[in-house]
Amino acid sequence: MTLLYGITLTVIAVSGIVTLLRLVRGPLALDRIMALDVLVTMTIAATAVGSAARDDTTAIPVLVVLALLAFIGSVTAAHLIEKREGMR
Amino acid sequence: MSVLLDTVTAVLFPAGAAFCFLGALGLVRFPDTMSRLHAAAKAQTLGLVLVLVGASAQMPGRHAPALLLVALFQLFTAPITSQIIARTAYRTHGLDRNLLLGDALADRLARDGTPLGGPGRARPDEDAER
Repeated sequence: MTLLYGITLTVIAVSGIVTLLRLVRGPLALDRIMALDVLVTMTIAATAVGSAARDDTTAIPVLVVLALLAFIGSVTAAHLIEKREGMR
Repeated sequence: MSVLLDTVTAVLFPAGAAFCFLGALGLVRFPDTMSRLHAAAKAQTLGLVLVLVGASAQMPGRHAPALLLVALFQLFTAPITSQIIARTAYRTHGLDRNLLLGDALADRLARDGTPLGGPGRARPDEDAER
């Protein structure tokens, strides 16, 4: 099982690094918002795998908060971009 | 029972991680914002839900509902986020019109007399030329 957890965490970590490329590259602010959203999702997945691996349930409330924050953050940022473009 | 739960986790964890990886790959490789949304949504819904269900099989029973709650919440919110980002991309001319096969919304907006203003605005006759 330890090997399984290791492989899963490694794949998720590599996915996070690949997502970071899009976050850095852009080109639109919307792409960055999307990349950040996916990055938070991967953080949630990695935390879940970690708490399963260590048999430790203290991180579970963090997952709920992260899921909420990612949603609110992305929607608000997209709204702000729409407003900013509308003013020009 | 433990062997069964371990098997569930052993199947779901790699599957979820694979979806996360494919989503990230699509996010980097796809050409424009609209098509990247597809890949991002796959990683956000299916990848996360598979990993969370796999993790909840390893948790003590009373902690599993919280993980499933996160999965359910993600299933509800990921489409909303995708739709809002797509709508913002459309309204702020953030999509590459050369990659589009058609634009039903532009036709509809033109017919209603409220076409989208601005430099990148879609002309209704653009589709007829192709």
